[in-house]
Amino acid sequence: MIKIKNITKKWKNFALSNINLEVEKGEYFVVLGPTGAGKTLLLELIAGFHYPDKGKIFINGKDVTYLPPSQREIGFVYQDYMLFPHMNVKDNIAFGLRMKGLKEEEIEERINLLAETCKIKGILNRYPQSLSGGEKQRVALARALAVKPKILLLDEPLSALDAVMRTKIRREIKDLHEKEGLTVIHVTHSREDAMLLADRIAILNEGKILQVGKPEEIFRKPADKFVAEFVGVENIFQGKAERKGDITYFYSNGLKLISSMNVKDAKYASIRPEDIIISLNEIKSSARNCIKGKVETIIDMGSLIRVEVNCGKNFVVHITRESFNELEIEIGKEVYLIFKAQNVNLFR
Amino acid sequence: MKERILIYMSILGGVAVIFIALPIINVFASVGIDGIIEAMKDKNAINAIIVSFEAAFFATLLSLIFGVPLAYILARKDFPGKSLIESIIDLPVIIPHTVAGIALLMIFGSNGLIGAPLEEFGVKIVDSMLGITIAMMFVSMPFLINYAREGFEAVDPRLEYIAMSLGATKTKAIFSITLPLSIRSIFVGSLMTWARAISEFGAVVVIAYFPLTAPSYIYSQYLQYGLKKSAPIAAFLLFICIVIFISLRIASTRWKRYDKD
Repeated sequence: MIKIKNITKKWKNFALSNINLEVEKGEYFVVLGPTGAGKTLLLELIAGFHYPDKGKIFINGKDVTYLPPSQREIGFVYQDYMLFPHMNVKDNIAFGLRMKGLKEEEIEERINLLAETCKIKGILNRYPQSLSGGEKQRVALARALAVKPKILLLDEPLSALDAVMRTKIRREIKDLHEKEGLTVIHVTHSREDAMLLADRIAILNEGKILQVGKPEEIFRKPADKFVAEFVGVENIFQGKAERKGDITYFYSNGLKLISSMNVKDAKYASIRPEDIIISLNEIKSSARNCIKGKVETIIDMGSLIRVEVNCGKNFVVHITRESFNELEIEIGKEVYLIFKAQNVNLFR
Repeated sequence: MKERILIYMSILGGVAVIFIALPIINVFASVGIDGIIEAMKDKNAINAIIVSFEAAFFATLLSLIFGVPLAYILARKDFPGKSLIESIIDLPVIIPHTVAGIALLMIFGSNGLIGAPLEEFGVKIVDSMLGITIAMMFVSMPFLINYAREGFEAVDPRLEYIAMSLGATKTKAIFSITLPLSIRSIFVGSLMTWARAISEFGAVVVIAYFPLTAPSYIYSQYLQYGLKKSAPIAAFLLFICIVIFISLRIASTRWKRYDKD
């Protein structure tokens, strides 16, 4: 559907270098990265608002690199909505339809349909200045969808909304995506949005794509230290790996971990806090790590309890309240941390 | 206002306001309504005012045609030499207006680079309406360009992007989004340009003393008959300008401001 080949672009303070991506038809693709990574610039290049310095962009096999935005059949929604302030909601939505030369009756019909889908029936005659953030977001979406785009490009569409509205609009965007069979490229710095919406995720930092994969791959098996830290992996250890048969031994400051992964020259190992079990007894197994340590801090996070255990290095462990009570965990208690070799992620 | 500094600022600011307002009010006070009515009966004065208004109108129109596109480019694009162009635009504001007149005469005069070939075709610039218009345009166009540029700068370029993503060409996006949103600035700029054109004297007298504009006529009356004859005409011109200026400014406030969404 969309193919981005070797795109390089410098613009103001942002730069993209050698970007390669492919997005399938009907896919919900999220580009995740910190502020200043070049996410918006990438989206604007796909839209045709700027042209790349190098590289090519294809939509449905057709080279659109230098095609004006009006001919790309895309819909675009900015974080701050960019509603036309001198037009009411209705005229904002009608804008694209008028540009297409549709008859007023057809425009009316399409607007009514969109107003239904996007839940903005009651505000069609209002001006953007008088709308709330959530309303503006819905209008911006309706306006983009009005022209029946093949691709919907979303630039941080949820980040200006409060938590409640965010959850609501997120659900609505997902529903729209499924109902209309849209191909969506959504850029965001929110892990939560990425995890909840994406079919696939690309991690972008400092103008470079670091990893592309399904959410569980990105979150469980980050390919490098930046990705690991950015997606919130807590137990990251630096050290050296040594492969022996089917098992990789990873040594980090007196710590010895076993991993089923085979990554050449791995420099880091990571274990997700929820993949670790706490036990009061030592369990010996070839496929398992079992490390002795002392409980250092306990933080109640509501449904889960965060326990930090010092095993020479600090491990963060998330356990349920039930097992927390059962094990009678308290600060200073000696425990064993148990986690599978397949959950020890190695990366460079 | 407990802060002392604000009190001092108000006192100094008050002096500034009085400095500007007093001479203007004084003209009306000393001339009186009878004086203004008397001046209205002076056919030459009326003719001179018409010349001024007409030339200022054309100067503004031409400034709009050539200035607004330039303002858009300056607001939207970065290119080498941009600050040089910006400095050139501001030049007419800083050079003495008689100097501007001389410079214009040297190029648009009978022997000038542009004036000479034009004269071959029977187009006379020196001592003509065209000459007055050119002199006015030269000194007043910077106002329009700068106001329009600020207006364009206040419109987020992403609004244009969105319009284009919805099927508009660049031209359509400019005319349906950017222009309506900056029309107020362009209008105020035009008003300032027009007002500046009316008030021009130095550059105009050098290139085209005739037909007499209002400021030229008032000056000639002053030289010949002194204050007694020139003050009523001055008051009359002042009165018309203030009325037009205020009414247009009020009209312009009817346009909504969109720069604060």
